Amino acid sequence: MQPKLSLLNDELIARIVEEAYQLMLKPGIKVQNAEARQLLAEAGAQVDEETMVVRIPKQIVRQALETVPRQFHLFDYEGRPTVQYGGDAVHFDPGSSGISVLIPETLEHKTAETEDLIRIIKVAESLPQYDAQSTAVVCHDVPKDLHDLYRLYLVMLFSKKPIVTGAFTNTTVHQMIDMLAIFAGGRENLREHPRAVFDACPSPPLIWSNFGAGNLITLARAGVPAEIVSMPLAGAAAPVTLLGAVTQHAAECLSGITIHQLARAGSPIVWGGAPSTFDMRKGGTPFGSVETAMIDSSYAQVGKSLGLPTHAYLGATESKILDMQAGLESGMGAMIGALSGINMISGSGMLDSLLCQSPEKLVVDAEGIAMAKRMLEGMKIHTETLATGFYEGVNFKGGDFLKQRITMQLFQKEQHMPGKVIDRDSMRGWKESGSMDTFTRARNRVTEILASYSRPELDPAKVAELHAYVLDLAQKAGMEELPRLEEPSYA
Amino acid sequence: MSEELYKQMAQSIIDGDSDLSVELAKKAIEINMHPLEAITKGFVVGVNYIGDQFGLGEAFLPELVMAGEAMKAAVATLEPELMKLGEARETLGRVVLATVEGDIHEIGKTLVGTMLSASGFEVTDLGVDQPAEKIIGKALEIDAQIIGMSALLTTTMVRQREVIEELDKEGLRPRIKVMVGGAPITRDWFQKIKADGYSEDAVGAVKVAKELVGKADS
Repeated sequence: MQPKLSLLNDELIARIVEEAYQLMLKPGIKVQNAEARQLLAEAGAQVDEETMVVRIPKQIVRQALETVPRQFHLFDYEGRPTVQYGGDAVHFDPGSSGISVLIPETLEHKTAETEDLIRIIKVAESLPQYDAQSTAVVCHDVPKDLHDLYRLYLVMLFSKKPIVTGAFTNTTVHQMIDMLAIFAGGRENLREHPRAVFDACPSPPLIWSNFGAGNLITLARAGVPAEIVSMPLAGAAAPVTLLGAVTQHAAECLSGITIHQLARAGSPIVWGGAPSTFDMRKGGTPFGSVETAMIDSSYAQVGKSLGLPTHAYLGATESKILDMQAGLESGMGAMIGALSGINMISGSGMLDSLLCQSPEKLVVDAEGIAMAKRMLEGMKIHTETLATGFYEGVNFKGGDFLKQRITMQLFQKEQHMPGKVIDRDSMRGWKESGSMDTFTRARNRVTEILASYSRPELDPAKVAELHAYVLDLAQKAGMEELPRLEEPSYA
Repeated sequence: MSEELYKQMAQSIIDGDSDLSVELAKKAIEINMHPLEAITKGFVVGVNYIGDQFGLGEAFLPELVMAGEAMKAAVATLEPELMKLGEARETLGRVVLATVEGDIHEIGKTLVGTMLSASGFEVTDLGVDQPAEKIIGKALEIDAQIIGMSALLTTTMVRQREVIEELDKEGLRPRIKVMVGGAPITRDWFQKIKADGYSEDAVGAVKVAKELVGKADS
């Protein structure tokens, strides 16, 4: 029995959905994309072309909810359905769109480049806790026009896992779909076996930008899964109450799903987000705050009540280094996300409110994820009697249970064996192995992973085609050659 | 033929399969394999392997204990044959183990006993809450080379010192060597009470015991 966290009861969920419907009528949704407004108008919504505000009646939304798939899968390079969106399946992927990486030697947050993203991909590829890759950081050694698609290019070259990604413009989303189609063997195959999901973001409060709505339409028509990342900022760009933020989130998602399904009914889309509270001391967006996790858990419950696949941003921290704050915020976030049954939980590896990625943090977060996943397995009944069958031959002596065959058979089913990042040694053992703190152990683990990583075997013809495609775009953007991919330090 | 049997013997220990190790011991007797050969070339290889894996963090306590139990069972099967041959298994030494007076914790000590006997020591485990005179009395009775004492509590670890002082008073050291262990036991404490050996885990204890009887692994 998968344990579950429920912050809302049915009555409250119904009120949230009802008020979300009201918000879509008053004040309405500001839709800055002409095509989206046209789709909504044709469906019967009231559009004010001057203000771009659209009043979307309930029945159009209800119609969209009828056609949206309740479940879909992401497939890995080999064509295996390894990520399930829908139901209470729980997956984790690294947080994405960071701009810097933590340099472990200096603790500096360095502007990210190609080699940094490759390091992150390799680490995430090697850790089984991450079911999907993300396009984790923007590489600043390529022209801005390539920023989004170049990340995808690197992930496709260094990974076989499914990918959580996103485009930065209405042009590049087409190009990124093309890139995925090269590996999938055509757009039709990509639709059948999508490897990636694309984030599409409304702008709080209640705005679908030209770019956000445009992405939804393109993705729907391509049949490539979209993931709404709604970001109500409670107290600044959304009501200060957590329930108010959850309701705004619902209105933004419902309006997005409506645009998406009007563009092509039946295309897959995810009820997701990256909300946060607004920090009233520093004006920041604390992704590690417990209230942020409460908003996530609650909106996931709302999404599930509507039968939708879910996503959230959790497991990140405001801390700038790998310290106790990073550990406790990330671990709690991962646990709350898992207990909420959220299908894809993004955010691992992230420091400084999603600005900075760290392979070392990915390694530590993987342990938190493993704990959360063990928690999800819940209390298991392995034996006919719970205890009484264990006492034969036990003579009131500690240690006797260690001699039982069943102990050997079951201990690894009951206990998660943590990796080397978690210290459970004796004082002597800890000292003998170098008196290392978590960060030092994580650095060592990253070194080990990078040393043992090997590039996935990919179809050379497809790789060549992908390379030619991206090189062409790079040259149009004024870059003669793409960065060299395997520096000696990564051998 | 023998080589294959040795391999199966080692594997039965690695798998912690007492039924199989006993069966293989019987098979050795049937085909007139020398019991000592069966032990040293077959079963012991398995014990050493699991011990090494445990040290590396690749094997876990239940596997270690099960291996020890399978080893004990195999040796018990072969021992009557050794007696018939008029040979005793050459043990690495005799050890008396006990948890000191006032202390009833013995999981670690029992593990040490399992590992020591699996490695070729003859172990007499007195159990818990044992006063100095009983421990020393048993050591003299069986002519033990080593006394091993455990304590879990900081309040009872002082008893380890009492046993050592008693042995010194009787002039029984260095004839009898003393090993200490237990959660609160540190290198400092071991030096302070002038014990002869100390380890934090059961695999380490085997190494220490071998050193104390002059049979360290080369």
